[in-house]
This record gives sequence, structure tokens and C-alpha cells, in this order.
Amino acid sequence: MPKLKINDQDVEVSPGTSILQAAEQIGVEIPRFCYHDKLSVPANCRMCLVELQGAPKPVASCAMAAGDNMVVYTHSDKVKKARNGVMEMLLINHPLDCPICDQGGECDLQDQAVAYGFDRSRYHEHKRAVPDKNLGPLIKTVMTRCINCTRCVRFGEEIAGVETLGQLNRGEDAEIGTFIETAVNTELSGNMVDVCPVGALTSKPYAFKARPWELKKTETIDIHDGLGCNIRVDSRGSEVMRILPRLNESINEEWIDDRTRYAYDGLKKNRLDRPYVRDAKTKVLRESTWEEALSVTASALTSTPPAQMAAFAGDLVDVESALALKDLMASMGCSNVECRVDGAMFDPSVKAGYVMNSTLEGVERADLIILVGVNPRHEAALLNARIRRNWLDRRVKVVLVGASAELTYPYTHAGTAPKDVVKLAQDYAGKAKYPMMIVGAGVFKRPDAMALHALLKDTAEKIGCLSDDWNGFNVLHMAAGRVGALEIGFYPPQPLAIEQMSCVYLLGTDNPETISRISKQAFVIYQGHHGGAGAARADVILPGSAYTEKNAIYMNTEGRPQMARKAVDAPGQAREDWKIIRALSGYRGAPLRYDDLSQIRARLMREYPQFDLMDEVSIGSWDKFGMSGNVLDQSFHVTVEDFYQTNIITQASDTLRECSRVFTRGETPLAEAAE
Amino acid sequence: MLNDADRIYTNLYGWESFSLNDARKRGDWDNTKDILGKGRDWIIEEMKKSGLRGRGGAGFPTGMKWSFMPKEVKDRPHYLVINGDESEPGTCKDREILRHEPHKLIEGALIAAFAMQAHTAVIYVRGEFYDEASNLHKAILEARDAGLLGKNAAGSGWDFDIILHRGGGAYICGEETAMLESIEGKKGQPRNKPPFPAASGLYSCPTTINNVETIASVPAILRRGGAWFAGLGKDEKNTGTKLFCISGHVNNPCVVEEEMGIPMRELIEKHAGGVRGGWDNLKAVIPGGSSCPLLPKQICDTVLMDFDSLRAVQSGLGTAGLIVMDQSTDIVYAIARLSYFYMHESCGQCTPCREGTGWMWRMMMRLVKGNATIEEIDQLLDVSKEIEGHTICAHGDASAWPIQGLMRHFRNEVEDRIHAYRKAAKAA
Repeated sequence: MPKLKINDQDVEVSPGTSILQAAEQIGVEIPRFCYHDKLSVPANCRMCLVELQGAPKPVASCAMAAGDNMVVYTHSDKVKKARNGVMEMLLINHPLDCPICDQGGECDLQDQAVAYGFDRSRYHEHKRAVPDKNLGPLIKTVMTRCINCTRCVRFGEEIAGVETLGQLNRGEDAEIGTFIETAVNTELSGNMVDVCPVGALTSKPYAFKARPWELKKTETIDIHDGLGCNIRVDSRGSEVMRILPRLNESINEEWIDDRTRYAYDGLKKNRLDRPYVRDAKTKVLRESTWEEALSVTASALTSTPPAQMAAFAGDLVDVESALALKDLMASMGCSNVECRVDGAMFDPSVKAGYVMNSTLEGVERADLIILVGVNPRHEAALLNARIRRNWLDRRVKVVLVGASAELTYPYTHAGTAPKDVVKLAQDYAGKAKYPMMIVGAGVFKRPDAMALHALLKDTAEKIGCLSDDWNGFNVLHMAAGRVGALEIGFYPPQPLAIEQMSCVYLLGTDNPETISRISKQAFVIYQGHHGGAGAARADVILPGSAYTEKNAIYMNTEGRPQMARKAVDAPGQAREDWKIIRALSGYRGAPLRYDDLSQIRARLMREYPQFDLMDEVSIGSWDKFGMSGNVLDQSFHVTVEDFYQTNIITQASDTLRECSRVFTRGETPLAEAAE
Repeated sequence: MLNDADRIYTNLYGWESFSLNDARKRGDWDNTKDILGKGRDWIIEEMKKSGLRGRGGAGFPTGMKWSFMPKEVKDRPHYLVINGDESEPGTCKDREILRHEPHKLIEGALIAAFAMQAHTAVIYVRGEFYDEASNLHKAILEARDAGLLGKNAAGSGWDFDIILHRGGGAYICGEETAMLESIEGKKGQPRNKPPFPAASGLYSCPTTINNVETIASVPAILRRGGAWFAGLGKDEKNTGTKLFCISGHVNNPCVVEEEMGIPMRELIEKHAGGVRGGWDNLKAVIPGGSSCPLLPKQICDTVLMDFDSLRAVQSGLGTAGLIVMDQSTDIVYAIARLSYFYMHESCGQCTPCREGTGWMWRMMMRLVKGNATIEEIDQLLDVSKEIEGHTICAHGDASAWPIQGLMRHFRNEVEDRIHAYRKAAKAA
């Protein structure tokens, strides 16, 4: 443990810590541009220079490891002079366009120029200009602002695994670019905007929309995949202006994928902002009042025998709403509730059988990763980034069974069908200490789901996924609402015969696997926030709230409950989902016994204590799940065809539709408008 | 003056062929096996005794550098990298070795690699050196055919081979870590140190990087003994012989092997036929390749050509490439041209060098005409200080020093130009 003195203050750090990190430990901040916690250290900006006693020249503190008995001064006159010099060099060719720069107000260069810059320029020569690049529909460039810190390049190479960006040319002519004009094709590209310390890379959809200081910042969580990435929603009035990642080392570290970041314009389009009722005569949906919609719904529910009613909780449903709906159905004596709306009929009876038992952080420990019927790049981009890091650090062996995919690390393709998984068990049994098997929940969309579930359990045990301190069996869900709903028992004792139901309650359910099975005669209630397949089929539409518009709990694919917070109001007459169900119960004359959020949460936590430990993963015990039986010799299919179009919000988003056009279908990006 | 008997490079001018046969006649490859037979420790000890300092410019003691390599080969192989990317303006010594004495280099590579337990040496030859690379290539093939390279090289029991790597013509690739990047197939940009190459160099393996001249001198030193080499030169810190490259306004530009510490005036007058128009016509000399600050005539009159004497007059021996400038020289423009070179060759990695070299060049170009203020001279010096010592490699320093040297010795001339320009502007 090296002990050193920084500004006459003693500090002891673990070996390998840089001086910059050591200084941070005692609260001394050293300015930096190129250094980033999660990226490699090029030490090229030279802003973090410090004085090291005995060294002839100032040293770059980001790259110099703290050594025993070092004496470091981080703010001496010599250091200040060096930093002033570097700052001056950074600014001589940087445009003075802060008033029209989207980074303004949250720009590292701006902030540090206050501390280290001069109030005027000594540079009287011509300034350099750099042509802008068209990097696709998400990243806007003003390359003259670039300070060549290469954070974006390193992010691409190290985290995203695409070597599209690089530093071209040299000396003064050095610029960041793609060499041959092309869009930056990675599902993590938005993070390059975040890591850019200046306004060279900014968000294209957000361009000229708002200033950071006029935005309300709400810390919440994301629902576009099963990970529950921590995000910050920046809003102005009732409008979500942008979405940024929030640091959570256990889940998303400090990244989010582009679907999470850019889907927000989908929240403003195609919204259900008032109740609708299908007119008895014209058979067309017409606007109605809440009173009418709720009483029509209540009477439909009351007039249907419980056995012929069913309720479905969709992909984006929060726990409170699902619980309220379950309670409502139970109050009518109906247990026909189902959250596996995508038709993935795995066994929900044992928690360890349907969550990510190793946790996301466990990926770092794994020494063998077996992917079953899953493309982690599309189904959980940040899980994929973690696997890539493990591969970069330790060259972890990755084996894929299922449709081949373009991943960001090499893998062995060991077949496509369940029989290949069985073979895997023979090949890899006992080969690894911490083997990790990641099963995409989508593989269970087949008639032999229960038998397959049992088979996968067997395989995991044979490979050695289960030991005293390790559970390497993982199911990766795409749907943010799935695990939470399963945890409150939102599934029927027996698979439902949907075709025979005469009254169906769709809570945010748009999945064709469910909707296509509903009988033509059935009365369908749709409660949700976007117009889609569910709303089109509905006889009554009850407008609900999207994830940015409600305080709600979601449980991610690890089984980690997290709190989403309301950032903006739902549009029009839309209401929070659990409140709608509570109101409906009143119209039925049998009100549910909670009147506000704290009461329904109290009920939730009393009944299901796993929700009591917010942000913590509660370990489920390993038990028998699945059913022995015949597994069909049928290949695993691709769950996500188009990363950018996976749920009803992304389908409403213009930005993501453009991404889908450019990245998924490979069409040319639209030319940038001249400014 | 150096005795002919003490010359290492007896075919410096290519009067004989570079082939193995002729090289053998000159004494190369003479019982190399015996030298290796004396063991690693003996070789390194002898190199330390000789006092040989690296010939690439920085002048780091070679024996000590070699001793930094790990004593045991662990999980990673050791590499020897030989720097033949001679690109410093004013320097042309390595090319003479590469084209006329390649076997000295190859033999030296074997000995050095053996001393550092490397089985592979990479010789990085400057992209523009076409003939030099092909001569070296031929020599390597000859050596391989003769069993001097390959398995059991020269019968020593040590397996050794050489990879010839040609550069793409970037000055910065002569910086040792940029060279490693370049060999690895990446863009030539210097690496941060630490880790030093001896710990983590080529492909993250322990690596020593030596200049061509350093390595080519090794066989002679070991054959004649470190004491012989140490006996030549000025003092115990500036020993042996050195190749001097004399160019510019002299009657007979040449590369010549001389004793370390020879007076500059003697060197120029004896070997280069004197300054054009006589010694009194001398204006200034850049003594060690373009990055060393120039010296005005009054210093050149007496200064000795060795590492420490030149450092004492705030310049350096560098690569011993003397650029001689007589009174007809536009000294400001000459230095401005060097500024252009350093701007053009900056790799663009570190902020001060990337941005500052261009700034300095632009100011220098204005000073050439005098289109500036007196204060701007100080500003220029201040900018040069902002670059110097703040970058990953020494390119930033190298770009700053010529300007600092100019202002140290010829500031009057620059100021005169500014006054003249203003006067002319006023008159117009």
C-alpha cells in the first residue's frame, strides 16, 4: 500500500492507483479532459499535470501511479503555470461559440477556463477550422470545437467494441473522424456525446432544444430493457427534453444504450390522452369521459363470469399497477392473470429459475459465458458491454447457442438448438470455476417451454453453474415489467385458454402473441399510454402513464427492485395506472383497500418483502423448476430483430425509426441540414 | 585527431563493398562466438566500462540501459529494437552505417540481443532510406546464409534473428515508444512513461531500444576492450569516437568519425574544409541536429564537441549533426523553417505540442519580416516555455529549443527587423 503526500496531506492508496485518483480520495480535484474513469489513459490533454518532488518536469497525474514516499503538489505555482499554458493552447483554436453551443453550461472546457484561462487571447494568427462529420442520426458534430482528447475514440474501441472513430492526420491537422464517411453504428453511440468534454459531439435530436440550467432533473430508471438502467430525465414543463445516464456501478455503470437515451420523443407521439369507448352502433372508438369509460368497464367486468375473464400485464407495467390489477381480479374471484404476454411460457414457480442469479456484476467474475438463444447486444446492450470488458481484461471464453449474432467479442458458435445445449454440458462440464449461462427469455416462446426450462436447469447443473458461492444460471428478460409481475404472482395456476375469454383486460399489453389469440367476440379493455395493437383491438381505452410520468417500482432482470420517479405529468386526461384500477374498483362497488401510493406500497411490501429492500438483489433459493418432457428439435429463434424498435414507445419515436432505417436496414443517413 | 588505428568505421565512405566478405576482411564477425562466450555479465560490464553513451541524441549510458532489462526471461520474450529512423535534420550518420557497414550493425545486434537475452531484434529503418534498407536486407540475408543469424547464430548457441522494418517516413517514429507503436502496426504516437520499455515495450514485452550507431559500435568496443574506448575522448563521461555529420556552409560537407571532445573549429576546418569564406565568415552552428539550440561564432570558437561541454553552453551534442551557417544566412528564417518542420512532424497527441508548434511557426514567420512587436518576442518565448516539458515526448522540447537559442543569441537581430519593418511601414 503506497503512502504518499499530496499537498502536505498523507494518503494511503491501493497499488496501481494513479496520483489523480489518490488526490480524489482526499478531495483534491485535478482538472482533466482526456482522462475518464472507465477508459484507458492516454495522458494527452496534459491538463492534469502536477509537481512531483524529484521529477525534473511536471508529470501527468492521470498516468503516473502513486508510489511510496512520493511528494506531490497539485496546486503549486509551477503547476498553475503549466495548466495555464495548456489551457491557453486548448483555447487558441477553439471557437468562441459558447452562446450557440449545446454543451454550454455543462462544458468541461468552459468550467476549467474559468479556473485556468486568461481573460483575453494572445493568439493573433488564423484559427484552425475542421470540417464537420456526419456520424448518423444521433451524434451531431462541430469538429472545430474538438480538443482531440480521444475519449470518443477510446469509448468506441474499449466499451462499444467498434473501431469506427479514430484520430486522423497529425499535428495541427489531427482530427477525429471515420476516415470514410459512415455513421457510428453501435447501440451505445450516445455515450460518446456524454464523454465528449466539449461541444464537438452533441446529441442531434436535442440540438438547440434547451439549456441545461432550465431543465428539471429527475433521477429515475429506464424500462426499455430488463436491466433497469439508472437514468436522469431532464424535463422542461411537461416535456421530456433528454435522457442521460446516472452512475450505478451495479447495473449500467455510467452508460446507457441509444434506445434508452433517444426514445423520449416517442413519449410525445401517438399518446392515449383521453378515454375512448367503442360506439355500439358505429363500432368505432369515440372519445368519452372517464365516468363513461369506467362505468362501461365496470359493468363489463361485473357481467362476465370470473372464469371467462383474464387480465394481462404487459412489458412496461410497473409493480404497483400489476398488483392493483391482480387485486381487482382477485376481488372478483378471478385468478386468470398473466404477465408472460410474449408467449414465453417458462416455469414461474421458482425465482432462481427466471432471474439473473449471477447479477450483472457477476459477469466480471465469470470465466466461461454460455449464451443460449440470446443476442446480448440487442437484448441488453450494457450486459454485452460487461461481457466485452471481461473479454478485454481476461479473454473470457464465450459460447453461443442460437442464431449467430454480430457481437463485440469473439465467440464459439456451438449450434442453434436445445440438443446443442445438451452437448455443451458434456464439452464444458467442470471446465470453469464460475461458468455463467445466460438464457434469453425469448427462447421460451415455444410449446415445449416447460421441458426446455428443465433441460436448461439440468445443463446448468452439469456444467457446474451451481456452487456454494456462485449461481451461474441466468434468464435475461427484455421486458422491464416482467420480473416484478412474476414476483407478485401475476401468472395463472394453469396456462390460460385466451381464445375462450369473453372479457379481457390488457394492461399495457400490445404483444401480438396475446392479442392475436383474443376471440373476436370478447370485450377488450386496454389500459396503457400509447396507441398500438392493444388499443386498436380495445372496446374501452383507459389512458395511463408512461414510465417518466409516474412514481413506480420496477424489478429488473436480476430481481432488483428500483424506484422510478415522476418527471412530468401525463398528457391530457391520462392518469397513473394503479389509480385507474383503484377508481375502477370503486365503480364496481368494491373499492380496493388503498387510497394512495404509500398504502399500495405498504400492501406490496407486506405481502412481498423482496420489494422492501430497494436497489438490493435478494437471492432466491435453487429448487426444481420446469417439467421433464420432450424437447423439440427446433432451433432457437431471434428474439429481437430490430434493436431500435422493441416496444411501443420506441415505435412512436422518430429518432429511433430513423436509427432503424439507417442502422438496421443499412440505408443512407439523411444529409445534415446546412447551418 | 583520431588515429586511423582507432577508427571503428573503416568503410564509412563505401570505398569497399558492404558485403560479408569485405566486412570480414575489415574484422567484422571475427570470432563473435568468443565474445558471446564470455557471458552476459562480462558484456554489460565491459559496456559500462567503455562509458559509451547512446548515440541517438539523449546520451544515456548504454551499459546502464542494458542492465535495466529483467535478469531472467519470464513469461514474455525480450526484444531488442534498433532505431534507424534517422530523421533529425542535419543528421546523416546512421545511413552511412546502414549502407556501408551493415555487418557491424548486425554483429552488434547479435551481441546486444544476447546480452539482454533477446532472440529477436527489430531494425526500424527510416522510410526514405531505400538503398540503405536494401543493403541492410542483403547483409541480413548474407549473414543468415553464413549461419551468423538464425538458430545457433555464429555458432554461439544463441538463437537470434533480425526483422527489418521500414518506416513510413514520420519523424516522430524516431521517438523510441512511437517507434514501438509503429512496429506494432499502430499510428506512431509516443507512449506515456512509465512504464518504461525495459518493463513493457514492444508488444508489452521487455524491450531495449538503441540507436544504430550505438549498436554498430558494440563489436569493436568488446573486441578491443572497454578500456580502449574509455581511453579515447575528453573525459570519463564523454568517451570514445563519434560520427559527426557536418553540413551547411562548409566547403566539404561530410560524415566523419572523430574523437569525442574534439574542438568544433578543428572538426570543421580539418574535415569539412572550413567554413565557406573562412572561419570569420561563420555566423552560427547548430551543433547536434536541428533540435539543439544554435551557438553563435564566439562560442563556436572554443567549444568542444561532447555531451557535457555543449550542455554547458546551453545546447547539446544531440546526434552530432552540425549545421553550419555563415554570415549570408537569414538566421531568423532558418529557425522559422525548423519551426515549420516541428509543426509538420508533431504527432498531434498532446495539446501543447499540437497547438503550440503551429502558433510558434506563425509567429516566427511574422518575425522573419519583422511584422510584430517587441513584446511578441517575449510572448513567443513564453509560449515555447508553455510547450517545453509539458508533453509526453521530447518533441515539444525540441520544437521550443531552436527558438529559445535564437532569442538567446540573436535577439538584437530580431528586434532590428521589427524596428525596420515599422519604420518602412510608417514611411509608406
